[in-house]
Amino acid sequence: MSQPAARPPALDDERLTLEGLPTTGPGRLLVIACGALAHEITALIRANGWGHVRLTCLPAIWHNTPEQIAKGVEDLVARHRDDYETIFVAYADCGTGGALQKACDRLGVGMIEGPHCYSFFEGNATFAAHGEDEITTFYLTDFLARQFEAFVIRPLGLDRYPDLRDTYFGNYEKLVYLAQTRDPELDRRARDAAARLGLAYERRQTGYGDLETALAEAARG
Amino acid sequence: MSDDQDDDIILSELSDAELVEQMHDDLYDGLREEIEEGVNILLERGWEPYQVLTEALVAGMTIVGIDFRDGILFVPEVLQAANAMKGGMAILKPLLAETGAPRMGKMVIGTVKGDIHDIGKNLVAMMMEGAGFEVVDLGINNPVEDYLDALEREQADILGMSALLTTTMPYMKVVIDTLVDQGKRDEYIVLVGGAPLNEEFSKAIGADSYCRDAAVAVETAKEYMLRKHNRMSA
Repeated sequence: MSQPAARPPALDDERLTLEGLPTTGPGRLLVIACGALAHEITALIRANGWGHVRLTCLPAIWHNTPEQIAKGVEDLVARHRDDYETIFVAYADCGTGGALQKACDRLGVGMIEGPHCYSFFEGNATFAAHGEDEITTFYLTDFLARQFEAFVIRPLGLDRYPDLRDTYFGNYEKLVYLAQTRDPELDRRARDAAARLGLAYERRQTGYGDLETALAEAARG
Repeated sequence: MSDDQDDDIILSELSDAELVEQMHDDLYDGLREEIEEGVNILLERGWEPYQVLTEALVAGMTIVGIDFRDGILFVPEVLQAANAMKGGMAILKPLLAETGAPRMGKMVIGTVKGDIHDIGKNLVAMMMEGAGFEVVDLGINNPVEDYLDALEREQADILGMSALLTTTMPYMKVVIDTLVDQGKRDEYIVLVGGAPLNEEFSKAIGADSYCRDAAVAVETAKEYMLRKHNRMSA
């Protein structure tokens, strides 16, 4: 029998961005994820009744400094290895250039296939099929639509130097919001983001895509 | 480097040395109009365009580059400085062509197929021009044929390839392998750069060198050109 999870801390986006999420207690399977996936994974755990699955997250802002991810995952696996039967890493390559896959292979833990969350949310096969048609596309997810300021505007200095917008985004044509949920407020935010970047806007409903498939497989054990 | 006193400084009243130092500060602060004014003042005082370029602009951008490397300045500030330098370069470029500045070598540069991120590539192109290299900028999203055609057409010395994405950086190997297959690899110095790259990757794909930033690219290019000249004269 799985032990009941400790009451998970509230999923505060700012904390998920900067600090991540401590583990939600003992269980059989620990999912180590990017903080940007915490809401979605928590929703999937609840929806599927995966009572044996626990979650811990690394800071989502590492999206902007992916060289930190492999080492961060290795440290968490080492720290929690003895506390869980299985550990699964809910990252794709995410800009690590293969370093995360190598680390996971070495540690004997699974991870999500694909280049990044945009791809696995839409479904890796579907995303890959866009090919060259979408190289001028900038993507947002639910989390990034909520945290647009923290992930795009402030790190790129567009709050201080708005005239740099076209230096960064002049080669882009379109912003596609890959929506995990149906939330008019997030749609509005993503549309605003596109307008701020001077890009055309498209909303694409993806749901959880390959994230759900990969987690379901891991949860089955 | 900015302070309130800057508002009171009249560039035309400064000595040459003071003006150059002030231009370094203005570059650091990304003040394009001030840089353009400083360039014009030095030219009016009889400075050679190449001297303005190297002593006022390139030397100033070198300081920016060092502080970027050391984590004191960040990308937005570097881009502001680059924009200011671009203003100065626009004035100097036609004059440099007329007066004849030393030519260090010729570089073909572009981002690889599938990659539209050109900020790093543009900085390298600008700093290479500032250092006296002739730069043929192929822009973004270049298939192997574009690089090869340009290298041959331009009789280039150096190939520069840039990628920001881990999904596109392997394409650099496609370009290098094609050069090898055509027996042309040894004709060119191949420099690669971009945020996800490192020295290990550069070696693995058969490039000559990985360049961490624009300043390193310039120094590396100079070093390889010197070796090339030494080889040719040996």
